[in-house]
Amino acid sequence: MSPVLSVSAVKKTYKSGQVALHEIDLTVQKGEIFALLGPNGAGKTTLISIICGLVSMTSGQVLVAGHDIVRDYRAARAMIGLVPQEIALDIFATVEDTVRFTRGLFGRRGAPDRIEQLLRDLSLWDKRGARTMELSGGMKRRVMIAKALSHDPDILFLDEPTAGVDVNLRRDMWEIVRRLRDRGVTIILTTHYIEEAEEMADRVGVIDRGRLVLVEETAALMRKFGKRRLSIMMQQRMEAIPPELASWPLRLEAGGERLVYDFDAKAPDTGIPRLLRDLGTAGIDYKDLETSRNSLEDIFVDLVENGA
Amino acid sequence: MSGLNFRGIWAIYRTEMARTRRTVWQSVATPVITTVLYFIVFGGAIGSRMKQVGGVGYGAFIVPGLIMLTLLTQGISNASVAIYFPKFTRTIFELLSAPISSTEAVFAYVGAAATKSVMIGLIILATATLFVPVRVLHPGWMVAFLLLTAVSFALFGFIIGIWAENFEQLAIIPSLVVTPLTFLGGAFYSIDMLPQPWRTISLFNPVVYLVSGFRWSFYGVGDVGVATSLGFIVAFMVLCLALLWWIFRSGYRLKP
Repeated sequence: MSPVLSVSAVKKTYKSGQVALHEIDLTVQKGEIFALLGPNGAGKTTLISIICGLVSMTSGQVLVAGHDIVRDYRAARAMIGLVPQEIALDIFATVEDTVRFTRGLFGRRGAPDRIEQLLRDLSLWDKRGARTMELSGGMKRRVMIAKALSHDPDILFLDEPTAGVDVNLRRDMWEIVRRLRDRGVTIILTTHYIEEAEEMADRVGVIDRGRLVLVEETAALMRKFGKRRLSIMMQQRMEAIPPELASWPLRLEAGGERLVYDFDAKAPDTGIPRLLRDLGTAGIDYKDLETSRNSLEDIFVDLVENGA
Repeated sequence: MSGLNFRGIWAIYRTEMARTRRTVWQSVATPVITTVLYFIVFGGAIGSRMKQVGGVGYGAFIVPGLIMLTLLTQGISNASVAIYFPKFTRTIFELLSAPISSTEAVFAYVGAAATKSVMIGLIILATATLFVPVRVLHPGWMVAFLLLTAVSFALFGFIIGIWAENFEQLAIIPSLVVTPLTFLGGAFYSIDMLPQPWRTISLFNPVVYLVSGFRWSFYGVGDVGVATSLGFIVAFMVLCLALLWWIFRSGYRLKP
């Protein structure tokens, strides 16, 4: 399958001399949900802006479904929808007019049914006649999404889609993302909410100081770095690990009140039942058990800090 | 999609024209009221004490100049605001990310701005006929000058809108350069009425050529030859187009 997006050796140096991106290479397949993670100023927005035509690249090439974004910009851009980080709307226009405007701008024939469906999906239908300046922040963001989807793009870019967004909108947003994915739309998003990337994204790219330091399937990444951990809260404080348990890779934490066991959740035998039996045999009482898992955030912090 | 993005051009044009409808009083009533005031002051109060200028009654004489003045200021302000405002509100991202060429976008924005100024110009012409007898000797040339001037100054306004980084800069060229040039450009007098050296200095004022050519199309008299006028306005238009070509090529103030 040919990639829907292919970024090769894309570099960006701003006029000030600041290097925003050092040679970025990235391919995204059709129908994928790809999450770009990275600290502020890492170059996430610059990369998206280059692909969408808002910023010109210093060198390199970007193909959207095989169309060069510079030479064949019409075909490339017609496939892309962008929801930028900041809300930017014509404040005097009505909701319906501004969505229809974007569809026209992208060269699509007016389709009242399609616009109605879109506004209904985004709970904007009742507000269709309202000027955008009369809307709340969350509603404005919905309008931004409606505009980006108005021309039925094949690739949707969401730059920090859930930053400063209330719970309802966040839930709706992910619902929309799921539905779009089911329709085969490719979604590329940047986010600070790593749990969301972990839950939603098929693959994750970590960008730091203008370099793409890692691209990995979310599941593989979690497998590789995502160790699980069993914490056993002791009934009585333990000075040292008793000899009966010497064969287990255990360590004591919290001043001997917690026994910690790291294991691989994907392994056929996690060892947990045996460990618990051995504890019983050794006459060690415990009051609580807890399992946890390395989050993508831990992995991310690890990568960015150790990559320094 | 292949070929030109006509729907995109239409979307911009229609949205820009809708803005005029929303602000119909500001867009249409203001120039009409201003023109009526000019007629009362210049045509009525002053003109009644003036002889004819170049064989034309003073009230009728100032009509082409007034229309030109409006075309210039309206063309510049409409087009500059049309492109500056999306920059200011950051909605310009949409234009930059759309499958529309710079030429198409300019065509749409400048077309809308020029349409508005021509409409206002014609309204002023209609208003003027209520006050003074207006003849148009060369209607074809009149329309040609009207369109060329409206388009050229809309292009000029578009450039100002791209160049401006704040509202002050947006206002500075119209108020500091264009208004003085129009008032000194023979809208209210023939430059023959000026003493030397001002008469010669006036020949360096581009507006003189616009007003003169336009007035010639009405009454067959002008300060300079009609070919010179036409040549000037075409040259100005080419200059604006060349500047715009450079702006889009370099991404000046649009794309970092």
